[in-house]
Amino acid sequence: MSWEPVIGLEIHAQLQTKSKIFSGASTAFGSEPNTQACIIDLGMPGVLPVLNREAVRMAIAFGLAIGAPVAPRSIFARKNYFYPDLPKGYQISQYETPIVGKGSVRILMDDGAVREIGVTRAHLEEDAGKSLHEDFHGMSGIDLNRAGTPLLEIVSEPDMRSAKEAVAYMKTIHALVRYLGICDGNMQEGSFRCDANVSVRRGGDPKFGTRCEIKNINSFRFVERAINHEIERQIEVIEGGGKIDQETRLYDPDRNETRTMRSKEEANDYRYFPDPDLLPVVVDDAFVAAVRDSLPELPEAKRERFMAHYALSAYDAGVLTASRELADYYESTVAAANGESKFAANWVMGDLAAFLNKEGREIADSPVTPAMLGSLVNRIVDKTISGTIAKKVFELMWNGEGDPDAVIARHGLKQVTDTGAIEKAIAEVMAENPQQLGQYRSGKDKLFGFFVGQVMKKTQGKASPEQVNALLKDKLAP
Amino acid sequence: MSKFHTMTAAHVAAGLRKREFSSLEVTRSFLDRIASLDGHLNSFITVTPESALAAAKAADARIAGGEAVTALTGVPYAHKDIFCTKGVRTSCGSRMLENFIAPYDATVTRRFQDAGMVMLGKTNMDEFAMGSSNETSCFGPVRNPWDLQRVPGGSSGGSAAAVAARIAPFATGTDTGGSIRQPAALCGITGIKPTYGAVSRFGMIAFASSLDQGGPMAVTAEDAALVLNVMAGSDPRDSTSVERDKEDYTRVLGDPLRGLRVGMPKEFFGSDGLDPKVGDAVHAAAAELVRLGASLVEVSLPNSELSIPAYYVVAPAECSSNLSRFDGVRFGYRCKDPKDLMDLFCRSRGEGFGAEVKRRIMIGTYALSAGYYDAYYLQALKVRRLIRNDFDAAFTRCDVILGPTSPTTAFRIGEKTDDPVTMYLSDIYTIAVNLAGLPGMSIPCGFADGLPIGLQIIGRHFDEARMLNVAHQYQQATDWHARLPAQFA
Amino acid sequence: MSLSRQDVEKIAHLARLQITEEQIPGFAAQLSNILAFVEQMNSARTAGVEPMAHPFDTPTRMRDDVVTEINEREVMQSIAPAVEAGLYLVPKVIE
Repeated sequence: MSWEPVIGLEIHAQLQTKSKIFSGASTAFGSEPNTQACIIDLGMPGVLPVLNREAVRMAIAFGLAIGAPVAPRSIFARKNYFYPDLPKGYQISQYETPIVGKGSVRILMDDGAVREIGVTRAHLEEDAGKSLHEDFHGMSGIDLNRAGTPLLEIVSEPDMRSAKEAVAYMKTIHALVRYLGICDGNMQEGSFRCDANVSVRRGGDPKFGTRCEIKNINSFRFVERAINHEIERQIEVIEGGGKIDQETRLYDPDRNETRTMRSKEEANDYRYFPDPDLLPVVVDDAFVAAVRDSLPELPEAKRERFMAHYALSAYDAGVLTASRELADYYESTVAAANGESKFAANWVMGDLAAFLNKEGREIADSPVTPAMLGSLVNRIVDKTISGTIAKKVFELMWNGEGDPDAVIARHGLKQVTDTGAIEKAIAEVMAENPQQLGQYRSGKDKLFGFFVGQVMKKTQGKASPEQVNALLKDKLAP
Repeated sequence: MSKFHTMTAAHVAAGLRKREFSSLEVTRSFLDRIASLDGHLNSFITVTPESALAAAKAADARIAGGEAVTALTGVPYAHKDIFCTKGVRTSCGSRMLENFIAPYDATVTRRFQDAGMVMLGKTNMDEFAMGSSNETSCFGPVRNPWDLQRVPGGSSGGSAAAVAARIAPFATGTDTGGSIRQPAALCGITGIKPTYGAVSRFGMIAFASSLDQGGPMAVTAEDAALVLNVMAGSDPRDSTSVERDKEDYTRVLGDPLRGLRVGMPKEFFGSDGLDPKVGDAVHAAAAELVRLGASLVEVSLPNSELSIPAYYVVAPAECSSNLSRFDGVRFGYRCKDPKDLMDLFCRSRGEGFGAEVKRRIMIGTYALSAGYYDAYYLQALKVRRLIRNDFDAAFTRCDVILGPTSPTTAFRIGEKTDDPVTMYLSDIYTIAVNLAGLPGMSIPCGFADGLPIGLQIIGRHFDEARMLNVAHQYQQATDWHARLPAQFA
Repeated sequence: MSLSRQDVEKIAHLARLQITEEQIPGFAAQLSNILAFVEQMNSARTAGVEPMAHPFDTPTRMRDDVVTEINEREVMQSIAPAVEAGLYLVPKVIE
């Protein structure tokens, strides 16, 4: 029996405004508890919300980027429920008339396949505070610094059919909001969060199964694991003769399992109604046009341009445009490398990525600048150093030794192209290894590599490999 | 002993500017009256003599320096306990906020401070402004200065009683369904509910956000206009405050009423609930306006009888959400030893709110809940549109609408507490005005059995100046507004 | 609409209002009366009428993205029922 998973994601992206969506309190992360919760965020009696224009601008930018209509008139509603981290007893959100309507994004899978995923809507709302579960004599502590931070909730269609697609979609949205400069995408700090709606159905069944909502998924890795786990759980339940209850489940990354959220046991009745403290959000054509004019080049357009302009494969272009910072880094490197786009791509995706990954650094913190990497490429192209030596130069640059020319000079890494010097080294190697020379000359061709290695060793790797090859062929000949 | 209490706020202000007396003298005199007389009324929840005297001294210095003196600098007032006052208890008449020291000032509070006015204290009110008799306050009922066995009306009953007894020159009120006008009528004073959006709601504890509006309660229309000049104005902290140029509400007070078309809604005079003596007084007032040059036209507000039903869905729906913030977590009442979160919420709210507030929260919760939203909430919003359309149509034929404020004079304390619906009906003439967002006011127009009768004047949106003009001209020709209850003369 | 005991319990729970057993019949009767009264509005012809949530149909005000608030935690928490280490304390939150 084949099962088909059906997945939809609700992504919450915190918008990078300076102040909150309805108050003038700061949104900066990591402050002392409740120092950034003003009277409005605390829901003091008598306070009123006033909408942050920048949050609206950011939502519009997202809408334009996914080809969705921007509502000329959208309404804020109240979603009523009691929770200690929800100060007013309601969340101001958009319900029936969101600011961003239906759009779509295209996701690129590892095998190069492209799929279009529908985005049902995106709407503005306020974030809640946090409950801290450390024990205060059996009590929980409430920090409301986060309360009122603007969120864009991006709701997908149930268009994904595997955890891998869900991850690809999430990465696509992640890149998009970062390109747009509307969200820092920091998943550890909770700036970019995801809930997944997962159901399974028998292959070919036109009807969706009962879905479960999985909350608390805060990394790409966990999205894949949590969804796969939930798919397996649901199949197991159904095949065991049970049925799936529609419910909210919490993902526990430590145990790699999902479990029912106890606090959400009862059926919710949010009693949405238009927030009488806020009038309709009216966005005129001029506002939308101004946002459109300020949009940066978006990931998909950039990917296509990279493929055309830099002659990159779809895969390479996809990797290099995964973030705006990486793409900018790459383009600066190509410029510094006099247009050597493929060389530059190999270095950015190869050694640079490996070092960044190893040290867990962001591209912005790379000690090797695009100018340095570009001139490294130039030194390879003009044969000042070999590819092998270049790796060594790169590592020295990474460790703070400065630009490649300085490193090459300081460590004497310039390639040896003087025929006399290479011939001298060859003569020495032949003299030191008479046995191998005999074997080679009697037909054991494989030993050619041995001689190359010995010559390179004698020249500390600096000899031009092509010259060594040519001269050795000549000298070793019987 | 000066007789400041027999003066209007305008007279007090003029005397202060001419330095015939000081704000300190005036303030002391009213504080003394509160101390000696409010025991009969219970109109104040909190009196603030120290800050009042300090503010009075500051006002005197300001007047002496001749700088930034406004029309009401140095004039004392009583503030409804629904407006947040930083550092001063702001209780909203509720056990929930019995010990709540507001951490900030309402915009209205700040405007009064900036104008150099002197707050005497905070007045009693129905709990969270939900009531028409001031009997739902956790601080006990307020008594009507004209008859201490009777209610002053509500929810701004403390303010109305304080002004009627002249223990404050004027007071603030708020009006969600009649809470300024009905107590003004029952206490024989002048009260105005401005157009929705004219006065900032920031810092005014919300009952029903799309209906609430603050306004002045005073002895005369002229005083009300002067106070409204300070209260009204666009506020960047209130998204629903309307952005308009500042206006002087006194500018046409003196205009004659010649040519004024006064609309008399036929639905206001045919109903069974209307006390004939009230009806007669209103007709007599209309005749007086005719004598002053106005003409009467019959108009119709066919959906007016649906205003109370619609209101008792819209207002509770909004209040059920507005009052969710009182959860015992960050401020206000918290129950003792909650055993878990649910217990904390349910018991803090169960113990902190009184019966009427609970009833309205439950009605509102029900009207918004799944399966009932369309039948109740949405239907009420549609009826609201019909009511507004009625007014729009009526105002094509008249400039102001005239009618009773309340169907009866003040009723006895305890008379209507058993039956919420009977109590709701005392706002039959005022509620439609809130649903439509219109300005409305009540002025005294006679007495029945020693109890004051209120005349309601309803204007077009932002036409307060014209309403005040009508009221002022009427008050120039009559003296109902100038009468004092004997015990407080 | 006449409300049953269960209806009242359900509404009170949604609204997080503790009411006692003895209070339920009273509330049920009063709330039923109010609802019956309110249902008069069903007599209105409202087909095609646009709901009116607000007195004015003007656009909402928007503010510039500027930080204007300062840390007032001390004042705010001086009126809080229970705080520790800058946090508001509540009975254990269980997810």
